[in-house]
Amino acid sequence: MTTITVEASNLTRIYGGREAVSDVSFTLSKGEVLGFLGPNGAGKSTTMKMLTGNLAPSGGAVKICGIDMMENPKEAKALIGYLPEVPPLYRELNVDEFLTVAARLHRVSGKHIKKAVQRVKERCGLTEMSKRLIENLSKGYQQRVGIAQAIVHNPMVVILDEPTVGLDPIQIRDIRALIKELGGEHSVILSTHILPEVEMICDHVQIIHKGNLVFNGAIDVLRQQRHGNKLLLGLSNPPSHKVLLKIPGVVGVDALPSGLLRVAYAEGQMPTEALVQAAVSKGWGLHQINPDQTSLEEVFVQLTFQEQAA
Amino acid sequence: MIINIARKELKSLFASPMGWIILALLLFVFGTYFFQGVDQYFQVMSGSIRPEERQGVTEFVGQNLFGIASFVMLFAVPLLTMRLISEERRSQTLTFLFSAPLSLTEIVLGKFLGLMSFLTILIVFIVLMMVSLNIWADIDYGYVLANSLGIWLLVASFSALGIYVSSLTKQPIVAGIITFIALFALLILDKFLANTPNGPMTYLSLMRHFQPFSRGLLDTGDFVYFLLFIITFLTLTVRRLDADRLRG
Repeated sequence: MTTITVEASNLTRIYGGREAVSDVSFTLSKGEVLGFLGPNGAGKSTTMKMLTGNLAPSGGAVKICGIDMMENPKEAKALIGYLPEVPPLYRELNVDEFLTVAARLHRVSGKHIKKAVQRVKERCGLTEMSKRLIENLSKGYQQRVGIAQAIVHNPMVVILDEPTVGLDPIQIRDIRALIKELGGEHSVILSTHILPEVEMICDHVQIIHKGNLVFNGAIDVLRQQRHGNKLLLGLSNPPSHKVLLKIPGVVGVDALPSGLLRVAYAEGQMPTEALVQAAVSKGWGLHQINPDQTSLEEVFVQLTFQEQAA
Repeated sequence: MIINIARKELKSLFASPMGWIILALLLFVFGTYFFQGVDQYFQVMSGSIRPEERQGVTEFVGQNLFGIASFVMLFAVPLLTMRLISEERRSQTLTFLFSAPLSLTEIVLGKFLGLMSFLTILIVFIVLMMVSLNIWADIDYGYVLANSLGIWLLVASFSALGIYVSSLTKQPIVAGIITFIALFALLILDKFLANTPNGPMTYLSLMRHFQPFSRGLLDTGDFVYFLLFIITFLTLTVRRLDADRLRG
């Protein structure tokens, strides 16, 4: 059974006559990880602020586990853990003190606070930093404390705004693993502009551009768009394009500047075998054949570009 | 929840040297004045032989001590309030409070309460100094009570105004300076308008409402004035923070 944890309907936010976010709607179920993609200034952070009740939407509504953010902000906020773009840290406190404050303000009951803080420190790899002042921690560790304060009260929905920014590659890997783990029991929404990251950890992707949702779907759909029914073919003695087009399934041939051929084929009729057989029997000198993957960047550019043209 | 924010504020105050230094400096000033007051009492009173010239020790020392306390607080409170909201705005930690299951009223009241518990520590020390006179004299408890209540209300009003100014800006220093100027103006308002001692403007002066307390007089009118002053500025602070959420 799937339970819907986040429900945003027709979210709109107007800043001084300009629509920063317009008419964004989506739902998220328990245990899903949703990736929010978009170029700078697309409205990712604005949307997240509205989801967490930090910003009042000009129109539309947000429901967290069925509780309306406008009508019952306290109850709705109790179910959310939020890490904003700039981690909100009280620098004069040490890690333990800060996480205790966070737990207390998020209604963790008195006797469970110690345990909750201990557990969250283990999860985020902060155990050795317990007594260090947050001010003296490196950027990466500060980011971890930011994530820790967002999940210390074990919320239903975790919202992370660019969680891996400013981290070194090893830390990024740790944080990604942590987010994946979180996805098991909570719903996670994260925004990023690092595309491979989304592919690695998210089940669902939303691409937002100029305040509009231009893509909303499972990551597989995006992947399919990426594969796009094309093969890359490397031949030492390539025949003319007409010969290739006669092979069943092939619908188009393009010569690439690198000397490779891009062969487009009809949906569901992968001509790999036929191509290999023909190459062997006719001595085309086949040295490479593999599916042509347009990079995620390209898909991203396509999607955001289409919107501009429309 | 209000208590939890107050606890957080107190912890922040004492986590930095700021809180300790202010506490130590103010207590040093109060202690010195108290000591001087006691010392002068003997000098002055030994000169006045006629009974109508004589004054009780409570009133003599108390006048000195509570007078200087109200003056020193004028400097101390802006120093303490200036960071309360503007610092959080600058380091973007307000989001932390806004995302927690708290109402804005709870946030503002929590901050006010946290600061007031710190200032109450100071007032308690002043009261303890006064009470220590009871060891060798018979002090007027009513006078001490009225004075400490007066100074508590005065300081609470200072804080309420300070918190509001702090919510207007990102720069703690700017907030501190504006708070100081505003408080100073409110305190000496009646001095400027001495020719119309009962005009509506003089009525706004904080000092005018503090004076009855310092004479040992509890007037409900002054109580209400201070309460309204505090409630007004705390409400304005809540409104200001709400505007943040609406305007972004």
